Amino acid sequence: MELAPLPPLRRIGMRLAEGIDSTLLVLILILSMLGLAALFSASYESPSRVLAQLANLGVALVAMWLVAQVSPQTLMRFAVPAYAIGVALLIAVALFGDVANGARRWLHIGVTRFQPSEMMKLALPLMLAWYFHKNESTLRLGNFAVAGVLLIVPVALILRQPDLGTAALVATVGFCVIFFAGISWRVLGLLGGLGLAALPLAWGFMHDYQRRRILTLIDPTTDPLGAGYHIIQSTIAVGSGGPWGKGWLNGTQAHLEFIPERHTDFIFAVFSEEFGLVGNLVLLTLYSMLIARGLVIAGTAATVFARLLAASISLMFFTYAFVNMGMVSGILPVVGVPLPFLSYGGTALLTLFIGTGILMSVQRHRQLVQS
Amino acid sequence: MRLAELRNHEREMKQFQLRVAIAAFAVLAAFGVLAARFFYLQLFQHSVYQAKAEENRISVVPVSPNRGLILDRNGLVIARNYSGYTLEIYPRRVANMEQTINELAELVDIQPRDRVRFRKLVAETRNAENLPIRNRLSDEEAARFAANRYRFEGVEIKARLFRQYPYGEVGSHVTGYMGRVDQADQVRLEKEGSYANYRGTDYIGKGGVEANYENELHGTTGFEQVEIDAAGRGIRVLSRTPSLPGNNVTLTLDMRLQQVTEVAFGERRGAVVAIEPETGGVLALVSKPGFDPNLFVDGIDPVYWAELNNNIDKPLNNRAISGAYPPGSTYKPFMALAALQLGKRTPRSTIQDPGYFDFGGRRFRDSKAGGHGTVDLYKSIVVSSDTFYYQLANDMGIDAIAGFMKNFGFGARTGIDLQNEALGVLPSPEWKQARFRNPAQQKWFPGETISIGIGQGYNSFTPIQLAQAMAALASGGMVYRPRMVAHVHNARTGERRYFDPEQMHQITLRAEHVEFVKQAMAGVVKEGTGARAFAGASYTVGGKTGTAQVIAMKQNEKYDEKKVDERLRDHSLFIAFAPLDSPRIALAVIVENGGFGARAAAPIARTMLDYYMLGKVPAGMKKATPEDEAAEKQESD
Repeated sequence: MELAPLPPLRRIGMRLAEGIDSTLLVLILILSMLGLAALFSASYESPSRVLAQLANLGVALVAMWLVAQVSPQTLMRFAVPAYAIGVALLIAVALFGDVANGARRWLHIGVTRFQPSEMMKLALPLMLAWYFHKNESTLRLGNFAVAGVLLIVPVALILRQPDLGTAALVATVGFCVIFFAGISWRVLGLLGGLGLAALPLAWGFMHDYQRRRILTLIDPTTDPLGAGYHIIQSTIAVGSGGPWGKGWLNGTQAHLEFIPERHTDFIFAVFSEEFGLVGNLVLLTLYSMLIARGLVIAGTAATVFARLLAASISLMFFTYAFVNMGMVSGILPVVGVPLPFLSYGGTALLTLFIGTGILMSVQRHRQLVQS
Repeated sequence: MRLAELRNHEREMKQFQLRVAIAAFAVLAAFGVLAARFFYLQLFQHSVYQAKAEENRISVVPVSPNRGLILDRNGLVIARNYSGYTLEIYPRRVANMEQTINELAELVDIQPRDRVRFRKLVAETRNAENLPIRNRLSDEEAARFAANRYRFEGVEIKARLFRQYPYGEVGSHVTGYMGRVDQADQVRLEKEGSYANYRGTDYIGKGGVEANYENELHGTTGFEQVEIDAAGRGIRVLSRTPSLPGNNVTLTLDMRLQQVTEVAFGERRGAVVAIEPETGGVLALVSKPGFDPNLFVDGIDPVYWAELNNNIDKPLNNRAISGAYPPGSTYKPFMALAALQLGKRTPRSTIQDPGYFDFGGRRFRDSKAGGHGTVDLYKSIVVSSDTFYYQLANDMGIDAIAGFMKNFGFGARTGIDLQNEALGVLPSPEWKQARFRNPAQQKWFPGETISIGIGQGYNSFTPIQLAQAMAALASGGMVYRPRMVAHVHNARTGERRYFDPEQMHQITLRAEHVEFVKQAMAGVVKEGTGARAFAGASYTVGGKTGTAQVIAMKQNEKYDEKKVDERLRDHSLFIAFAPLDSPRIALAVIVENGGFGARAAAPIARTMLDYYMLGKVPAGMKKATPEDEAAEKQESD
């Protein structure tokens, strides 16, 4: 019996769905829709920003799909060049970058500006995962030292810009790779102790504004109209949302412009004010499911490279979400970290969707039933 | 080998999965912390943050009340409000003040004095939100700015109520004026606990009835709850507590009499007080020179202010209550009454007046050379014999004089409802003791008593004291506290609160003594020193002229008006009451450096009484401006 040829549309549909993990897709689409809703409210119900974000989403979805089609083995080939280019660009930024808001973060490439530190969020885990994969059978302490250097170079360059938020994020993601690669608990404890001891030293190297942010976190009222303003106003927004929220488009804090950066880093304040505790718990649940899915994919990944990459990307989502929500609700210092999938901005969205695409690729080429 | 590798791989896998589990646990723990934070903020602290959000978004904006009107006894409006546009600057929102004002000057007329005044305001008022650069914009100017307002951050047009005094300078010392609430006012209001009621109020009464009845006139400030955004811009009004307008204050003053008096007074310096003897209500209160209270309304410009303050004539001083003058011969009727009452003279006792009185080796001269011949008590008042009163004073002694005169309120504040009343001086040994430090000066010399009898020496009374004493004499000894305000009226509830006449005391006087002095004063205007001024008066009236020396003449020196500097010339005084029976008005007129009382002061009194008794309006004065009638009509509506 001959199989009847599939109708062309159906075939295209199947080809498109190939390699796409529906759980991940549904989760990030729900998150993105919530983001659009909050964005609409934060833009005072003017659709222009929402439309722009929709365009960003379209681009990001295409990128995700493309990445999902590529196998981890192919991805592995990009690791070294991506990392090398990333570090080179970071050096270029330090030398020729544009200054915006007192920080040198942007690089002009022809018509557009570009933040190389954003690229590092994926390039570093790629690089580290590749490195551990290559040295899989002969892993020693020395390898972890090399990995540490690979991590510190870009992080230091990003810190120098200065961009504390991205540096912390990149460092965390890189650390996750090292952690999942199996660094011994003893070394970890030693490093942790050294880190704690180095804290006063780090304080000495910090910029004034970074110190101020940390001090304001401890007591925002010391500077209610300056550095403390963000924290005070966003905390008020969250708290006044109450258990059920003020309702979509009814947040007074956001609508009366009390919340700065309400489209981007502080969109959670807008969301939280309007959807309340229930909304927040839904959001936490969605993130937990996303991270859980990512970790499950990592757990069943076929290669060291794939599993390290998947696990660290999952934890990148977590770090983003935790730092952002912690900052908006006043338990972490204000650093420039967007809320994953909700904050306005094309670059961050692209990174997140490509990350999701990598997860999908890993999932597709997972270890089949062991023979 | 292959098996070992596989086992190795399995161990590695186990280790990895353990670490994933640890990571998952860490994620859950961290999210748990976040969830706890959300529970804390949104459940337990919800009401706190709810309140903060409300506080953030709601601003309480004061709504200043309409100030009460000031009306005269017939309902003429003396002080009212009109609404006008002001151009106001919020200094904290303006980056370059000088440039902003220059640019504004291209749209609206900003004079150098506006700039000076504004700079002064900025310097004087700390923490001010907004300060006016220009008041009373024309409609055209307002429109021109409105079309360009987008260019001016921190500059706004406001509709404000301004005080207006339709009679201008007339009665300025009675009404007083308005000025910006200054530091001293703030301190006082805070102490009174009424500072909150002055939120949104920029101007406050400064002197006169405006100051004394500030609490009645001001009203109660209302409040609007306005939703604001983070920049403080109002979005919409959420609730409104209306302001309650101030009470209208009706004076005892007769504004037309006031006008007549001021016209008659002309450009001279001095004061007039007219009182209703049966109530103490002040009918007219003039202090010259005056000022135009309208110029204070929107913050007086510094040039005019300096002019007022540096003016040698001190226009801001209310001479009627804070100027003190020797009463001169207007003291004689009171001395005569004292003589009768204390039994020192009878209506029949006479003296020979040679034109002088010698005492202690010193010769006290009569103003009429050669004297008045045989003088009895009646004649002593009518012709104003000095010699008679030199003797009388000597016979009575200073203690008896001071003791008697005290009853009339001389040398004591009358307690009128205006600020800055002076004490005056009723001389007595005790007063002298307290007044001087030097023991040689503290002693009272009998020779000093002599000139007291003719109202000279240390005698020094305010015009209001003189008018009050005149009223007391005319009414047979009833002393009322002089007052400006008859009643206050709450236009909203219709409630009227009357201030009853306050009799301070009744002087024990025998009716026939009072009647004798009153008849003698009637003689003054019929056949005596005031006869010319009151020729042809068709009502009964009593009066007394007075001439008060400003400089002491040396013995035997003759006073020659032409030789004396204008400001050192004698003051001209006149006191009067009318009619003789149940007097309706008692008054005191003082024209500084006006010379003889009969010449300068008496004609003013005549004009006033002609108007008050007969309704006769002097030539050169309209009966009433149409504006007045319109105001009157409005008031009765």
